Amino acid sequence: MLTKRIIACLDMDAGRVVKGVQFKNLRDAGDPAECARAHARNGADEIILLDITATSNNRRTLLDAIRTTARSLFVPFTVGGGIRQLEDAAAVFDAGADKIAINSAAVREPALIGKIAGRFGSQAVVVAIDARRTNAGWEVFVAGGRVPTGRDAIQWAREAAACGAGEILLTSMDRDGTQSGFDCELMCAASEAVSIPVIASGGAGSARDFIEVFREGRADAALAASIFHFGIANIAQLKHQLQDANIPVRWPC
Amino acid sequence: MIAIVDYGAGNLNSVKKAFAYLGAEVVVTDEPGTLAGADKIVLPGVGHFSSLQALDRSGLRAVLLQAAISEKPFLGICLGMQWLFAGSDECTEISGAGIFPGKCRLFPSSVKSPHVGWNSISVQQGSRLLRGIAPDPFVYYTHSFHAPVVDATTAASEYGLRFSGAVEQGNIFGVQFHPEKSGDVGLAILRNFCEV
Repeated sequence: MLTKRIIACLDMDAGRVVKGVQFKNLRDAGDPAECARAHARNGADEIILLDITATSNNRRTLLDAIRTTARSLFVPFTVGGGIRQLEDAAAVFDAGADKIAINSAAVREPALIGKIAGRFGSQAVVVAIDARRTNAGWEVFVAGGRVPTGRDAIQWAREAAACGAGEILLTSMDRDGTQSGFDCELMCAASEAVSIPVIASGGAGSARDFIEVFREGRADAALAASIFHFGIANIAQLKHQLQDANIPVRWPC
Repeated sequence: MIAIVDYGAGNLNSVKKAFAYLGAEVVVTDEPGTLAGADKIVLPGVGHFSSLQALDRSGLRAVLLQAAISEKPFLGICLGMQWLFAGSDECTEISGAGIFPGKCRLFPSSVKSPHVGWNSISVQQGSRLLRGIAPDPFVYYTHSFHAPVVDATTAASEYGLRFSGAVEQGNIFGVQFHPEKSGDVGLAILRNFCEV
């Protein structure tokens, strides 16, 4: 049976993981390669590394971090942040990523999705969408959630899929950081609109939230960005709780 | 030496990296001579069945078929496994190698497509490629078309229907999933291939 994925997200700034990985067993909690390996050992089904500053100065640092992380990581590895053109994506793949995540650049130039998919396959292209609730639905924001676009998030997910995206990483800006649960309504609307997998993000506070987003939200995967802040010891424990609730998960790994 | 066939389809780094991690000597090549001289051949691949047309154009198809006939260990991964079958509905103008019967087809409309994520495989006893693997481990898949269950099927998965996760006949092996992305289980499978 196809399982629901738990994806560990590492936010990176200047070569260091900056939040969400308060691992007891790690000597150096800030090294991306070490964090990624530890998450994989604990049962993470995938790793996403997001370069949150993504300045040109940081590109070399990012590529080095991808290289060292990828060397001994044998679960799918996605990298996002600052990918604006095909060449950026090619460099990230060349360093060892399996998939890239694009957000603002895809909104600005939807054809970029097809360009990258055409060369590296749709399975390698994740379109990340930051969405905020409005009276009518959800609006797409870009530039790290700072700039509204006036675009409908569900419509954009549909268009991204049609352009060749392999997965949608959907973040509820309203729920992000609140620990009040995922926006299941948003996730469900997106999941019904596209046939490609939807990865839910924003609002995780407990194992119960994951159970809900897989059931009511119909998400195919969920991002565990900083669950370790919220009393869940690790992904292994989360997976046990999901298994007890009859959610199919990859366990034991 | 293991030769990974480069026919311009996607990113071959992950496959190369996994073999290198296992200590295997590995090259990525599109040279018929290098392929003919290699001890083992890996045909990877992601994306559309039509990308396999590059094998016909470059003359690699004959080299690969010759290798398979001569019992040189051969591993097709994902699209590389689908190539071992007669063909695919994804692109009917191109023939597969026809080593295994039947065509690759879309998943039924009762399930979302593509099939992406970790699914379990039910492993048949006696497979050399899957030797020492648990009876129903999880492996990572990402594909829209599936190969039918045939006599040579050594592992099957369920997704709307039963399909071939792994096939094996003599020294010809194929896996629809990505062993290079399937954690310790995948590494064990690649290690078995190195030791064939």
